[in-house]
Amino acid sequence: MDHGHLHIDRTDRAIAPASRVALAAKPATAISHPASTTGGRTMPAVSVYIPTPFRKLTGNRQHVEAEGKDVAEVLANVDKQFPGFAKLVFGSGTEVPAHINIYVNKQEIGSLQGIATPLRDGDEVAVIPAMAGGSADAPASAPERKRIGALTSEQVNRYSRHIIMPQVGPSGQRKIMESSVLIIGAGGLGSPIAVYLALAGIGKIGIVDFDTVDISNLQRQILHQNADIGKLKAVSAKETINAYNPDVEVVTHEVPITSDNSMEIIAQYDYIINGADNFAARYLVNDTCHFLKKPLIDGSILLFDGQVTVYLPGKGCYRCLYPAPPPPGMVPSCAEAGVLGALCGTVGTIQATEVLKLILGVGESLHGRLLLYDALAMEVRQVKIRRDPHCVLCGEHPTVTELIDYDAFCGGAFGHTNEEEQKAADAAKAARERAAGN
Amino acid sequence: MAIEVKVTSVLQKVTGAKVVHGEGGTVAELLSDLDGKYPGFKQQIMQEGSLHRFVNIYLNDEDIRYLDQLGTRLKDGDSISILPALAGG
Repeated sequence: MDHGHLHIDRTDRAIAPASRVALAAKPATAISHPASTTGGRTMPAVSVYIPTPFRKLTGNRQHVEAEGKDVAEVLANVDKQFPGFAKLVFGSGTEVPAHINIYVNKQEIGSLQGIATPLRDGDEVAVIPAMAGGSADAPASAPERKRIGALTSEQVNRYSRHIIMPQVGPSGQRKIMESSVLIIGAGGLGSPIAVYLALAGIGKIGIVDFDTVDISNLQRQILHQNADIGKLKAVSAKETINAYNPDVEVVTHEVPITSDNSMEIIAQYDYIINGADNFAARYLVNDTCHFLKKPLIDGSILLFDGQVTVYLPGKGCYRCLYPAPPPPGMVPSCAEAGVLGALCGTVGTIQATEVLKLILGVGESLHGRLLLYDALAMEVRQVKIRRDPHCVLCGEHPTVTELIDYDAFCGGAFGHTNEEEQKAADAAKAARERAAGN
Repeated sequence: MAIEVKVTSVLQKVTGAKVVHGEGGTVAELLSDLDGKYPGFKQQIMQEGSLHRFVNIYLNDEDIRYLDQLGTRLKDGDSISILPALAGG
């Protein structure tokens, strides 16, 4: 094997994943014990997938049958049938080396119990060199990799700082690569969210934004640069994302999100991240996520303040926290009051962190907690939030059972509160009141 | 009885500071005290005697909607946070 291709330095090896460390605790002798030594009990019989470079040992057989109650015993059993197999897998050591992945029914054993992963009759164990090997060991072919969802050597390198973490590993990286995330707004929050999700290798990123890049965006919106001024933000976002990571599929939705299109757009993604700049879009996205049972990672900013939380389906929503929007003019927008550019990075990266945790299924999500970030005091606090049984959307007796007119609900065109829109909103309100009075 | 009150940057334009102190045995009394010190304070967060529905008040880390609302009793050393919804993104 040509280890040089892996580019994993000493530091990386020093913090090898727990799964591989756990293997070290398993004595080498466990591997040399034949499976048949367990007092007459019938051992599970499994099929072992042999990668192309190892098939010279198995007479070119792609699958061999073996017995054993766990992966270690099965590998030992294969070694007994085809002497030299264990050495090909383990080299001279006792751990599964970094360039070999072992899968049980397509799940990498690092995310299971390492080589102690128990087996049942009919399971499939696959041994896959995770990198393009040199010398006599040909790389696993593309179909082989696809079959077991293995990473290419480039992906192993690109994502190595994630893969070496026990909470991620190859299987976690694949989860990330198989996930789709929709980002509402390619602005202050959407920018850092999109960049970090692109770097992480999210499979599909959707960007909803109908706006074009303005020079006043460039104080904070890191998706866009000088040369992008005048471009559609969604298009600029796609270019930036793919410049960072060409593997990411980027879908642009170059329209305002409205009651007419939100169900169709949001339905296409696993996770929704809110970086909208107005209340109407926030209530619309919340309600749509509720109806479609999509996890919503919510963040909002103004001046020096940020708020972040996670709404999981059936466990409370934005309306539980804020039952109604402010009257137009009560809470200024960033365009009116301003926002610290770097605040966007802090809040957006917290949102990106939360979606990655949900995808990986690790840690404690912000669900049930509202994280408050005060950049001026440099203070982070949390308050409890909960599902409101009286919530009109997700409470015991909901009255909002379909999408509504969110512009009317928020009292202004798309919730913006600049002076002209304020006047328009006031006029519309007056008109509604006149109509109601008649 | 001095209660610490934390406000967001939006309310800071009324209070002049992000942390202010007020007195009162209940949240309602505290808000009245602050309105006396910072004219216009209540108008930012209340309408016709009720909290705006886009404003939440937390006693320590608990929403007063799930306590006794504006009647929620306060004691020395309590910390109140007043948080309006933010829309910026």
